[in-house]
Amino acid sequence: MTPYQPAASRSAVLRLALGAASATLALAIGATAWADDPAPIKIGVIAEAQAVAGSSIPQAAQIAADEINAKGGVDGRKIEIVSYDNHSSSAESVRAFQRAVNEDHVNAVIGSYISEVVLALEPWAGRLKTVFITPGAASDVITQNIAKDYEHNKYTFHGYLTSGALSGLVCDAAKDMLVDGLKMKTAVIMSEDAAWTGPLDAGYEACLPKIGLKVLDHIRFSPDTTDFTPIFNKIEASKPDVIITGVSHVGTQPTVQWKSQQVPIPMFGIASQATNSTFWKDTNGATEGVIYQGVSGPGVAVTPKTLPFVDAFNKKYGNMPSYAGYTAYDDVYIIADAIKRAGSNDGDKLVDAMEKTDYVGTIGRVQFLPKNDPHVHGLRTGPGFITGLMLQWQDGKQVNMWPANLANGKLEFPSFVKIASGGN
Amino acid sequence: MLFWQILIDGFAISSLYALGATGFTLIFGVTGVLNLSHGAIMVAAAVAAWAASGNFGAGAYLGALSGVVVALVLALATYYLIVRRLQLSRAVREEEKEIFILTATLLWGIMIQEAIAYLFTNNAKTVLPIVDGVVTIFGVRTPANEIFTALVCWATIGALWLFVNRTLAGKAVLAASMNPRGVTLLGIELSTVYVGVWAIYGALAGVAGVLLGMFLGVSSYSAGPLTASAFSIVVLGGLGSVSGSLIAAYVVGYLETLTAYLISPAYRAIPALLLLVAVMYVRPRGLLGRR
Repeated sequence: MTPYQPAASRSAVLRLALGAASATLALAIGATAWADDPAPIKIGVIAEAQAVAGSSIPQAAQIAADEINAKGGVDGRKIEIVSYDNHSSSAESVRAFQRAVNEDHVNAVIGSYISEVVLALEPWAGRLKTVFITPGAASDVITQNIAKDYEHNKYTFHGYLTSGALSGLVCDAAKDMLVDGLKMKTAVIMSEDAAWTGPLDAGYEACLPKIGLKVLDHIRFSPDTTDFTPIFNKIEASKPDVIITGVSHVGTQPTVQWKSQQVPIPMFGIASQATNSTFWKDTNGATEGVIYQGVSGPGVAVTPKTLPFVDAFNKKYGNMPSYAGYTAYDDVYIIADAIKRAGSNDGDKLVDAMEKTDYVGTIGRVQFLPKNDPHVHGLRTGPGFITGLMLQWQDGKQVNMWPANLANGKLEFPSFVKIASGGN
Repeated sequence: MLFWQILIDGFAISSLYALGATGFTLIFGVTGVLNLSHGAIMVAAAVAAWAASGNFGAGAYLGALSGVVVALVLALATYYLIVRRLQLSRAVREEEKEIFILTATLLWGIMIQEAIAYLFTNNAKTVLPIVDGVVTIFGVRTPANEIFTALVCWATIGALWLFVNRTLAGKAVLAASMNPRGVTLLGIELSTVYVGVWAIYGALAGVAGVLLGMFLGVSSYSAGPLTASAFSIVVLGGLGSVSGSLIAAYVVGYLETLTAYLISPAYRAIPALLLLVAVMYVRPRGLLGRR
């Protein structure tokens, strides 16, 4: 082994140097070749092709591109989607990002629903001066990084709700549905220990008492937890009226064990997997009665664009888009619109144009928060912009409960759930 | 109340660990192969059971059975396509075969895992439970499925014990684990014993995988951690010792449950791993290891 080592490291250095040289060359050639050519607008899509939430991202982006191209493109330029499977890995995503920019010459990148992946890509968006938008990650740190170092990180846009914003929307819904509707008084927060739940939990802790739900306990568990029996037993011991959830990566287990153990307390909050249309089958129906936050739901016309998109997606791929599918579809339109307004492929000019976005997409009206906001480049939320929905799984279907003007059903719980109206 | 909760929960999860580790240690004890595709085979069994009962409407029993059959087929495939090929190969030097087989089973496991993710996505899935509902034991509301899991685990382990100690074929397996050369001198074909052991292993891993899928749910991601947990239980108990693995499974199961209840669910796995490190220092051959 020893005699080969120097050679190995020498060749590695050589390879690195060659790689850097060819990358520079490629950049130079790319720049000259594009000087005044009506070249297509290339959008890189880096996503988790094997995960349900991620697999919709390139599919939805393609639909948007096809629609724009069918109408003649952007000033005659076609939109071309170049997609990369990142296998849910940050390292592979970074490689894909470098390849997208340096070799495939994309004008912007749409990428990932995993906060950890997006946080790994954020500095690369800055280094390669390429606009990057995530359709599904939720960590507040993404926008905090932009606020901290705007000049370097301004290329990143947060195309989905931050955890802090999510907690606010869950509280808004809890006020109407639980406190005013079911007269609940107490809650236990149950969330997984991950990057995205830090601000979510802080948000819950702050807003739940304000709307009249006393927080009795707060349980954070490891995302690789398999046995939830101890967690539910602990929660039941403190006798809350509701469990406020923050679960995503942990999968089906909490839902399945909630049912199999017949925990008599309803679950309400963020349960990312519950947004998938396959969740009923994945849990063998254990999700009956689970109430979760979403930005979309079957048959819910949040905006006039929502249902036509869902129909197009279903027609082309035979299933329903995941939550990140809606936003990825909108993101292609947002980028195309910004490139049209910027009149240039230049990264800085594109950032300026993106910041002026005012676009009604499939989940509401999209505007990015301005430069001096602590969540700069995050989505504007609240009435008139994005409010989100609160849905419940009922007999194999996702039924919308909130806001009232978009509701298409009434709350129903499985028989083992005891609704403690009036509190105890 | 808390005492009973810990006792009952810990028992169910430990039984499942015990069954998962038994097959793993059996294969190592008898054939000398550390099968790193163990977790992937368990996941394949669970996903097959899920798909059969959910997608093809086979019902809970037939679904569970198809899960076990898939694990059995995969275990035999592991033996015929991977292990045996390498054992018979002339291209690989004799003293390097062990490490080649180890690496090959690891790669085989990754292939199975990726195939599952490709065909069924990496979403977590739950197998349709055979028994539904809850039973209250000493004031603890226990899912009937949890009791069912523990019972099936012990029935399977008991059947294995009866087979090894009470049947001629089983005694040949036991003998092969002690002295392979001696077995061949008695006129028993060693490769027949190995095929039998891989088949038994497949059934054990299949039952464990399906039960795991009913109790806790699995995704393709679970493959690695499942192999790792079987591996650490087996190392703790002593490589190749079935009774050592059973004891270690209960130690790990209860330690995890105690931690989850008394300290925090976030630190569930840590004390068991610390114990493993400590045992490696003080008694490297494990609790009941012979070597």
